[in-house]
Amino acid sequence: MNTLDRKVFRELWLIRGQVLAIAIVIAAGLSTVIMSYSTLESLQQTRERYYQEYGFADLFSSLKRAPLTLVQRITQIPGIADAEPRVLAPVRINLKNYHDPIQGQLVSIDKHNPDAMNKVYIREGRMPVKSQQIEVLISEAFAQPHQLHPGDTLQIIVNGRKQQLHIVGIALSPEFIYQIAPGTIIPDFSRYGIIWMEREALETAYDMQGAFNDLSIKLTLDADDKLIIEKLDDLLKPYGGLGVYDRNLQVSHHFLSEEFKQLDEMGSTFSFIFLGVSIFLLNMVVGRIIASQREIIASLKAFGFSNMAIAFHYSKLIILIVCIGIVLGVSAGLILGNNLAHLYMEYYRFPYLDYQLQVKVILYSTSTTLVAALLGTWFSIRKAVQLQPAEAMRPEVPQRYNVTFIERLGIKKYLAQPSRMVLRHFERHPVKALLSVFGTAFACGIMIVGTFFIDAMDYMVNTEFNLSQREDLTVTLINPTSYRALYELNNIPGVLRAEAYRTASVKMHAGSHSHRTAIQGFSSNNVLHRLLDTQNTAISIPDTGILLTEFLAQKLGVKIGDSISVEFLEGKRLTRQVHVAGVINQYIGLSGYMNIDALNDLMQEGRVISGAYLAIEEGAEYTAQSILKNLPQIAGVEEQKSMVESFYATVGDFMLTYIAFVSGLSIAIAFGVIYNNARITLAERSRELASLRVLGFTQAEVAYILLGELGLITFLSIPLGMLIGYWLSYGFIIGLQQDLFRIPFIIEPPTYAYAILVVICSALISGLIVRRKLNQLDLVSVLKIKE
Amino acid sequence: MNSEVVFQMQGITRTYEMGDVQVHALRGINLKLYAGQFAVILGMSGSGKSTLLNILGGLDLPSSGKVYYKDLELSHASEKELTSYRRYHVGFVFQFYNLIPSLTALENVSVVTEIAAHPMQASEALELVGLSDRMNHFPAQLSGGQQQRVAIARAIAKNPAVLLCDEPTGALDIQTGITVLETLDVVSRELGTTTAVITHNASIADMAHRVIYLNDGQISKIQQNKIRKSPNELSW
Ligand SMILES: Nc1ncnc2c1ncn2[C@@H]1O[C@H](COP(=O)(O)OP(=O)(O)OP(=O)(O)O)[C@@H](O)[C@H]1O
Ligand SMILES: [Mg+2]
Repeated sequence: MNTLDRKVFRELWLIRGQVLAIAIVIAAGLSTVIMSYSTLESLQQTRERYYQEYGFADLFSSLKRAPLTLVQRITQIPGIADAEPRVLAPVRINLKNYHDPIQGQLVSIDKHNPDAMNKVYIREGRMPVKSQQIEVLISEAFAQPHQLHPGDTLQIIVNGRKQQLHIVGIALSPEFIYQIAPGTIIPDFSRYGIIWMEREALETAYDMQGAFNDLSIKLTLDADDKLIIEKLDDLLKPYGGLGVYDRNLQVSHHFLSEEFKQLDEMGSTFSFIFLGVSIFLLNMVVGRIIASQREIIASLKAFGFSNMAIAFHYSKLIILIVCIGIVLGVSAGLILGNNLAHLYMEYYRFPYLDYQLQVKVILYSTSTTLVAALLGTWFSIRKAVQLQPAEAMRPEVPQRYNVTFIERLGIKKYLAQPSRMVLRHFERHPVKALLSVFGTAFACGIMIVGTFFIDAMDYMVNTEFNLSQREDLTVTLINPTSYRALYELNNIPGVLRAEAYRTASVKMHAGSHSHRTAIQGFSSNNVLHRLLDTQNTAISIPDTGILLTEFLAQKLGVKIGDSISVEFLEGKRLTRQVHVAGVINQYIGLSGYMNIDALNDLMQEGRVISGAYLAIEEGAEYTAQSILKNLPQIAGVEEQKSMVESFYATVGDFMLTYIAFVSGLSIAIAFGVIYNNARITLAERSRELASLRVLGFTQAEVAYILLGELGLITFLSIPLGMLIGYWLSYGFIIGLQQDLFRIPFIIEPPTYAYAILVVICSALISGLIVRRKLNQLDLVSVLKIKE
Repeated sequence: MNSEVVFQMQGITRTYEMGDVQVHALRGINLKLYAGQFAVILGMSGSGKSTLLNILGGLDLPSSGKVYYKDLELSHASEKELTSYRRYHVGFVFQFYNLIPSLTALENVSVVTEIAAHPMQASEALELVGLSDRMNHFPAQLSGGQQQRVAIARAIAKNPAVLLCDEPTGALDIQTGITVLETLDVVSRELGTTTAVITHNASIADMAHRVIYLNDGQISKIQQNKIRKSPNELSW
């Protein structure tokens, strides 16, 4: 090690507190990137491998009923490698000792076809075989909360008939990695389950002998999927085809992709912020080291060190700090990433997890950090390089101070000498002071982004579930029926109010955009289930036209007054033009809304309903539920309360874990910035303050000058910090928008208060540390050598 | 004088722009320095001594005029040429020592010897200035004079062809001052170093071959000493 390198190490050791603070901020950024992206990559790779090994299909379609002989014609379409017909049946599941309604999905499996698509992975037990009893597999996500195992039985109601099933195995499938009931957006593992049954048994149970109502397609590599989808749609139309779609619209795949997108977004946002802050800090510290070493740099040049050598010398300082951050960040990132990936495994049902050390992620993130750090501090380094060696020969010119603007305002007489010194120093170094204010403000802003999520989530759940959808139960009928059903529901004891709704799955088209979703129709007179505007007052549904969720309108590229074409995927399967009557603000889901009568008219159907929203008298929930459970026309009953619970248990839980982690880091950052700032101020002014001590100022008076400056910086930074937090949060929310939900832009006062509190506490602690250092200043040695 | 010309200055001026004020630090200097000679530059504070020395040392460029070190025109040399000129030919002692606070005395010297072509041992250089027992002290642990001697050790350690010293004895008492000057004398004799020393102290002039008097940026007088006194004969 040469002598200059020794200088680097000594100087780093001297400011080890600051070095550690910066390294931690760097580590925070890096670990977020590594955690997010190694989880993301690992999950993506796992999904890919799973899809490969278990033959996840390329195209999907459900239809009413088609003869098995049609399959042959399908496979003749060029580009289709394989087609697999299946029977799917919606069922209701009854479990002993569990009273809530459970929806289920029966899926046929074809044991005789080894090349079947969407193969099941048997976690426990075995495949069903033909026997006296009906043997089935059930999904792991459903089995776990109910502690079901091979050997247990369950009862289903299919087509209004009760049947006893024997569980022989617990299974997973690439189709149901994200297990969610159709039409809902929040997974509820205990109230929705998948049941796999042998094809023959299912055909019998569902009256589908020799027929199928679900089609999976495997494409050849060079297939033109758009063209094939068109051909298939034409082919399946007579059989009640609901539209062929690709993986992007397959529920599980779609949600998983959205989640991946979100992980990507969070990873990039936070790492960007953290990286930015660490470079800011680095620049602050290195800039100050370089400024204080003017003469040293100049004399090194006078001794014949080249510009390159000088630049390299100071770069080493940066590289070392970054390296400490990298070591901390990579190790934390690996541990956290592994944990995060396993947390995901609770919601996403993969048979295995390929958690791999993502060397690419690590290399990419660390080298980006290093390069960014060097680029970010390039300005300071260049300043060092550009110093003329003759500078070494001169002592620093005393700085020119002015009477400050504030003093000139005439309040001079109210300011004691030390206060004037604080102000003058501030005015003398406006850029430096602004940077400090900005750094502290940023710390405050990061705190806000890190914590406002909790407000936003609560707000979202509250508006969606307590203000907009105030029903206790949502009942779905097996087939759209007349309003008589509504009166029957109304007569169930305990039901206080029943409101009808009609839903229709559709594909909306506007220009080159299209989106598959549902239109919900209900009446403007609804009290339970309503639409709200941004002020949370109820919107009445216009008699004609459609209301679109804002995000959906954006996706379709339409605005009020435009016309969209709606292709109904059920009933008479008409395609109709509807004008956009309004755009509404909704946080969860993406739908269109119409007046129920207008919707029925549009579909050319009579006055029918798909189900009803019910309000239940308090205490009567249990009786009402058990009556509903036994009504044969009912496909499912969803409980509002459990939706909220499962929202928090899944999506919410997940986001909040991530956010807890991030807000923890924000505290570290806030402290890092403020502490560094305090230390730098101390270092810059210790000579001056020591001279004052020598001149007879007391410790307290000298501390006042220093702490006064820090206090002023903190004070000025708070309003700016709130503004930064506001804008950062806004940008973040825009980035996180997705089909599943949009986080509302809500920052509650306590979030601001909390951020301010952290900033003030950090400032106080830093101030105390600095004050202690100041009291320990060795006056003689400070004054003896030039810094 | 028939020895070789090492430095040649022709019409050197140096003007500092201070906003709208111009400070004329040097106004037309013509000067030659000869190989192996010991020159002393005398002048009042602010007369331009340090500015002159900086230009000789390749630390600063003149505003006009030409300055040569042997065949190298310093006034038009590239950054790279100046760097290697400073690295391989010049030993510099700064008026304000400029030691690196985070390095010990020994290390402060090593910084320079590590990049020089034919240096002496760093410890040897410190021994020459009488600091062998303080080698592992940090600048903050040294007195002002000791710091100045480290600065001198650092300059002579690379066995330079040219030794430029800006008030090397400013902070020293008589005895130490004499020791330091003796060291400079010995080094310049033994190595045939061309030496220029700035001082306020007129008596040091007696040990020089030549004394250059500066006044308000101009050379007012150049005096040749027939007999050089040895440092311990100087009266302070
Ligand atoms: N960087 C600079 N900017 C402006 N003026 C300068 C600068 N450097 C030197 N001067 C001015 O040039 C003149 C000569 O300065 P110089 O440092 O050469 O004097 P000196 O003879 O070395 O004085 P001293 O004996 O006090 O060290 C002085 O008036 C000084 O104020
Ligand atoms: Mg001077």
